[in-house]
Amino acid sequence: MTVMTVDEVVGELRDGMTVGVGGWGSRRKPMALVRAVCRARLRDLTVVSYGGPDVGLLIAAGCLRRLVTGFVSLDSIALEPHFCRARQEGRIELTEYDEGMLYWGLLAAANRLPFLPIRAGLGSDVMRVNPQIKTIRSPYADKSDLVAMPALTLDAALVHLNRADAHGNGRYLGPDPYFDDLFCLAARRRYLSCERLVGTAELMDSGPPQGLLLNRMMVDGVVETPNGAHFTSCAPDYDRDEAFQREYAAAAASPDGWERFRSAYLDGDERSYQKAVAAR
Amino acid sequence: MSRADVCVVACAEAWRGDGAVLASPTGLIPRLGARLAQLTFAPGLLLTDGETTLLRDDEAEGWLPYRAVFGVVAAGTRHVMMGASQIDRFGNQNISCIGDWSRPSRQLLGVRGAPGNTVNHTTSYWVPRHAPRVFVPRVDMVSGVGHDRGAVEIRVVVTNLAVLDFATPDRSMRLRSVHPGVSVDEVVAATGFPLAVPADVPSTRTPTATELALIQSRDPEGLREKEIR
Repeated sequence: MTVMTVDEVVGELRDGMTVGVGGWGSRRKPMALVRAVCRARLRDLTVVSYGGPDVGLLIAAGCLRRLVTGFVSLDSIALEPHFCRARQEGRIELTEYDEGMLYWGLLAAANRLPFLPIRAGLGSDVMRVNPQIKTIRSPYADKSDLVAMPALTLDAALVHLNRADAHGNGRYLGPDPYFDDLFCLAARRRYLSCERLVGTAELMDSGPPQGLLLNRMMVDGVVETPNGAHFTSCAPDYDRDEAFQREYAAAAASPDGWERFRSAYLDGDERSYQKAVAAR
Repeated sequence: MSRADVCVVACAEAWRGDGAVLASPTGLIPRLGARLAQLTFAPGLLLTDGETTLLRDDEAEGWLPYRAVFGVVAAGTRHVMMGASQIDRFGNQNISCIGDWSRPSRQLLGVRGAPGNTVNHTTSYWVPRHAPRVFVPRVDMVSGVGHDRGAVEIRVVVTNLAVLDFATPDRSMRLRSVHPGVSVDEVVAATGFPLAVPADVPSTRTPTATELALIQSRDPEGLREKEIR
């Protein structure tokens, strides 16, 4: 367990890996780590995510080969422009699951089970577009047929929390843990970015024990990235930067617009990104 | 009283008699409808603020993060009202994409929780623009399943024109009521599949004075009018 930089985290990732990204939609995404993956120009990643702008950025940078998800949305803006265009142009592969199936796949992986049974998916076209998914008959008296949701085992997980200590213990301060603990439990290598790295005693004192979502068994590397979820929300440290998200979505709508956005914000490192964001 | 007010009440009516279940509306008019139902004839309903706080009579009463919502879904104690980019006569719904899934002409949200919702608990739909491109013979990507594919219960489809239900022998879609000022022919023309139409189609009930005041107090700027324009 080590304290790392964003670039050191990305240095441990490889082309072709399956990478889980925590958060939900445009909420508490490990954006500093995602931006670093984009800068490093990793290729052919399979990304597992409750998708938001993390997915959009990875697509725009050419890092993503396959997406495993139940949706991609910017929340206050319903559709993610990079994702929509990439799908319409046939540039990415998609494994589309019900949101609950995704949860169950992570839960199966976290529990080292090959699959978990779930009702979600039965009768829907999720089964048509995922011919690899099988159903299983209950061995008990009910004999019901259920979806055997396979484990979504990850090579690496990237998550962002409000506070962490140098050992990899972490807490969320906002209203929702999302599924960040399961992403970590489902992954071989686990990387936690946080708004503030604090001492263990301060971490314990900064909220109720239930908010301690991750412990050091679940984390391999921790990075302090202030404003590191920007422009997604990281309540209560900050809300979603709606003005910036609108700028992002408008820019993503055209190649020229995206070119300008990229050179203004994304071509430099995380420090220059934060500087450009602050200077708007 | 506007058309939007009638739609709010029609949405509220979807939850009548549900008791202590989680009402999950999508869209402003369904949200106003669920609030109205909770404040009047369905006080047992549970509602969130759209994030993780459960609200009753505008006061917080509990905590429901996303993973707990999946627990509620599996338990079946939920009645969701979702949108539909496409819906067919058995209530199969599509919010994923338009065209061939392998390379869609228009990518939308993805299936979200629709497959799981529809096989676990009651589901209704809200369609702000009733048109043949929404009410289609066959949806492109079955997200929420209909009655011919194992849905628990598709209760009603509320639109800007009418209320539809599935009270037919084969549980296919039927015209339950038309909103005041809308003709049966208009609804039939705006529906891209044969709709069961009873001999006598009633008018959708209009809001009471109390209901109108409650709706107005929760949407004083009248944003609901924009949702059906």
